[in-house]
Amino acid sequence: MRYLPLTDADRRGMLAAIGAAGIDDLFADLPAESAAPELDLPGPKGEMEVERALGALAARNLPAGSVPSFLGAGAYRHHIPASVDHLIQRGEFLTAYTPYQPEIAQGTLQVLFEFQTMVAQVTAMGVANASMYDGATACVEAVMMANRVTRRRKAVLSGGLHPHYRAVAETHARFNDFDLDRADLDPAADEDLAARLDDETACVVVQNPDFLGRIRDFSALADACHDKGALLVVVVTETVSLGLLKPPGEMGADIVAAEGQSLGNGLGFGGPYVGLFATRDRYTRQMPGRLCGQTVDVDGKRGFVLTLATREQHIRREKATSNICTNSGLCALAFTIHLSLLGEAGFRRLARINHANAVRLADRLAAIPGVGLVTDRFFNEFTLRLPVPAAPVIDALAEEGVLGGVPVSRLCPDRPDLADLLLVAATETNTEDDMARFATALEASL
Amino acid sequence: MTVTKYTEDHEYIRVEGDVGVVGISDYAQGQLGDVVFVELPDPGAEYAQGDEAAVVESVKAASEVYAPVGGEVTEANDALAESPGLVNSDPTGEGWFFKLRIADPKDLDQLMSAEDYKDYVKDLD
Amino acid sequence: MNAPEPGAGGSEGAGGSGGAGTISGNRGLDIDEPLLFERGAGERDRCGVDLPEPATDATRIGDLARGGDIGLPALSEPEVLRHFTRLSQKNYAIDTGLFPLGSCTMKHNPRLNEKLARLPGFADIHPLQPAATVGGAVALMDLLADWLTALTGMPAVALSPAAGAHGELCGMMAIRAALEDRGDVRKRVLIPESAHGTNPATAAACGYAVESIPGDSRGRTSAADVRARLGEDVAAIMLTNPNTCGIFESEIVQIAEAVHAAGAFLYCDGANFNAILGRARPAELGVDCMHINLHKTFSTPHGGGGPGAGPVVLSDALAPFAPLPWVVRGKDGPRLVETAEGPAAKALGRLKGFHGQMGMWVRALAYMMSYGGSGLRQVAEDAVLNANYVLAMLAEDLSAPFAGPCMHEALFDDRFLDGTGVTTLDFAKALIDEGYHPMTMYFPLVVPGALLIEPTETESRESLDAFIASVRGLARRAKAGEVAYFRGAPRHTPRRRLDETAAARKPVLRWTPPEVPSAAE
Repeated sequence: MRYLPLTDADRRGMLAAIGAAGIDDLFADLPAESAAPELDLPGPKGEMEVERALGALAARNLPAGSVPSFLGAGAYRHHIPASVDHLIQRGEFLTAYTPYQPEIAQGTLQVLFEFQTMVAQVTAMGVANASMYDGATACVEAVMMANRVTRRRKAVLSGGLHPHYRAVAETHARFNDFDLDRADLDPAADEDLAARLDDETACVVVQNPDFLGRIRDFSALADACHDKGALLVVVVTETVSLGLLKPPGEMGADIVAAEGQSLGNGLGFGGPYVGLFATRDRYTRQMPGRLCGQTVDVDGKRGFVLTLATREQHIRREKATSNICTNSGLCALAFTIHLSLLGEAGFRRLARINHANAVRLADRLAAIPGVGLVTDRFFNEFTLRLPVPAAPVIDALAEEGVLGGVPVSRLCPDRPDLADLLLVAATETNTEDDMARFATALEASL
Repeated sequence: MTVTKYTEDHEYIRVEGDVGVVGISDYAQGQLGDVVFVELPDPGAEYAQGDEAAVVESVKAASEVYAPVGGEVTEANDALAESPGLVNSDPTGEGWFFKLRIADPKDLDQLMSAEDYKDYVKDLD
Repeated sequence: MNAPEPGAGGSEGAGGSGGAGTISGNRGLDIDEPLLFERGAGERDRCGVDLPEPATDATRIGDLARGGDIGLPALSEPEVLRHFTRLSQKNYAIDTGLFPLGSCTMKHNPRLNEKLARLPGFADIHPLQPAATVGGAVALMDLLADWLTALTGMPAVALSPAAGAHGELCGMMAIRAALEDRGDVRKRVLIPESAHGTNPATAAACGYAVESIPGDSRGRTSAADVRARLGEDVAAIMLTNPNTCGIFESEIVQIAEAVHAAGAFLYCDGANFNAILGRARPAELGVDCMHINLHKTFSTPHGGGGPGAGPVVLSDALAPFAPLPWVVRGKDGPRLVETAEGPAAKALGRLKGFHGQMGMWVRALAYMMSYGGSGLRQVAEDAVLNANYVLAMLAEDLSAPFAGPCMHEALFDDRFLDGTGVTTLDFAKALIDEGYHPMTMYFPLVVPGALLIEPTETESRESLDAFIASVRGLARRAKAGEVAYFRGAPRHTPRRRLDETAAARKPVLRWTPPEVPSAAE
């Protein structure tokens, strides 16, 4: 088998060197009744056969890039420069281990330091960690960190928080003994989260742009939180928005939990993605996850190491700040490379292009009779109200080769009153032609 | 008269009147390695004997520090914020953690004398 | 501490072990690469991506525009490519050498996996596309589930956890949910002393108190011990099998019986599954749930620290509590169930933003299909053979706490270094100069100065012999009294030993521009 270097001669020789009669001797501790079971599995396959089999499965899916595609709702299709994939496939990045031996991992570590810097910069926060699994888990980790910092146990969740992020928070709250005060998603009204603050509140969690694409300034809410000794957590599901919009750090956010998928990482049917986590300097030691820090070696040369690890599970065990063992290393690398290629000017221009495309598309679609635009201020994603339930419309459009956005009902099935709402995202990958085809198909389907 | 007593968890308390100065022993700092951070209680905090009062972190370990006796914290050693290494270089002097107003002196009877602690530590290694 | 000037390269200056004697400070192919921000600062117009002008100037953002600088660098494509290429050259990786890390299973990462994960039909599909447009992806999830359930003998699997620790969390949450569902609230979880730190951290994260069980001299858990500690308030025991000493938990079946009789569950940490793959099925050992590290046993790449994937196989009793989404088979084939209704009425909510680590599922499935069932058994056999070979060949020069055989990893302790003045850490750093990543050190904690070596099945005999020769040679050097050699190691790496104390005392976790005061709170 192509991945196994040992030959039968090797095996015989090594068994002899060990003094074992056969390989079964080395499995003697396994209970006899369950040893060497009959596995109902196919036999081995060469590359060609595996490619054929999995290629057939892939061919049954419709790649978003092959048709006009306007899906968002927490995962966004952007153009990833060709260099990114080449660099992350270098074996020294791809097949490296967690950088616990810093002398032979300065590549990984310097990338993490650059990543942490960039995340802190784009969010305008003091410090960031070396990434988490995704935005949703970063969000619940932010809530748990706020609990630790304030020694309180209640989080207020905005109705505009992505429903899946809310679901993840609910799962943890149930088992981790903290409470959630959940505001309902209301497309029509501004919510008054400050009114829900009391002396038990550890944090208020808002999302910007929110699940419907609405954007706000949370500075006043931040002040209200701080007056009550609570923290403001801001969630960002579309990192590219930070190239155009006032960042959470300038609104008084205490913790930012974001999804970094938009940069460097494709849609991938939902994963692997990369969670971004940033906070104020004063809360550095309360941050979950891995951290990379700068130091010097015995020759006085600058280098990087994983640091503040004593908060992590492998040392604190039951008292760890979280049970996170892993960051999303290669995805964080892809994010860093993409953002390096864009740079200051490119990142800002990319954001403007996204917004401009969304503005043009929104105007075009809102002009369709019966279709209304629900979001007046947005970045690259907005909400339309259709005169009929949105889900069947989207299915019909898919059959015609247009991926027209995400019906709100897909993520809020318990809200029949929102069934006519459609989330539409436009990025730099959408052409005029895409938008024309979408508008035509949408109008025809109504 | 100053009396210093020790706990099995390697805290010491140096009794000066009705106040005790609390820190960790030389043995403990050696076990921990270079101390990088100390989380201290706020003045006014009240603890029963054995309550977790502080946390000391080194590069490879983090340890809880327990109140050797019950009482109210009167002062915390702010110098440790800038120089956590004092815990290593002078654990029973400048590396003290916090001072406690002792609620019940009888709590001290539960602790080991310096001599007994020396023997205790010898048996550990 | 002063950071080097941008472009200055390594330490200037004559003499000292750091001086290269070159003008740039570089040493041939070993190039000191500054931070991105030290390269691209000041030049605003460079960009490594060509973007058109925005289609319109009209905006809908009100007064929420971002002002000021973000602080990102400004570099062209060749500069960015060169920067990251140089950084990559400072890394050790499986592609460059053997990783003897215990319980990490650093096996070869096949490139077929990379190719197939990048097929647009897998890589370029949005998780929320209409079901009719992603039937192949859901079918892949179903197929992967088939392989995992067949290999483990378990009836169900939760695919969504993003890493091993995440899978542990999923498993323990499912256990707690199952107990609560039958009105049985329990408070304690039993965990062997030798367990990896994630186990007690996970139990605590689920609201349980942890009770530690000491093992025997081989780190094994005794059924009698477990029976003595079981009670109405024990929710589960978390075992690793083989255990963290590389030894099969020989009483696991009896332990499972006792645990089940007490109404509790057996959680198995699947980190060491590579040892028994195809040779034993956890279901037949009495396991109720087990997380599987796809990035260990099933070859998905470590990527310098992630992403991983930690699907969890579940017994019938726990299957109803798997997190969403589920893959459910219907008359029209498998479909995703995203709400807690019908068969999934008792499902744990979500543990992740979307469905899970699809990219890792594709890679793992390609790997499994390449080997087939019989091939995967060969994986375990070669892995165990390689570890035993290392154990036998090093037993004389090192000190093993117990005689073999072991399973897929070989454990040594630091007795062979007694009196030499060389610590386990020093020994490992010297191994770096030999061209190897060190083995796992100081873990498991139950053995003093532990050295845990897991070669995996993708090392050839030549590779093992070379590794053994280096380790043997170093042991002899230590015993010969060459302490200074070890204390000064490593010498031939891009950086030598780094000051981790300073890093933790005054954490510097990001670059800040030198002229501007840092934005400290």
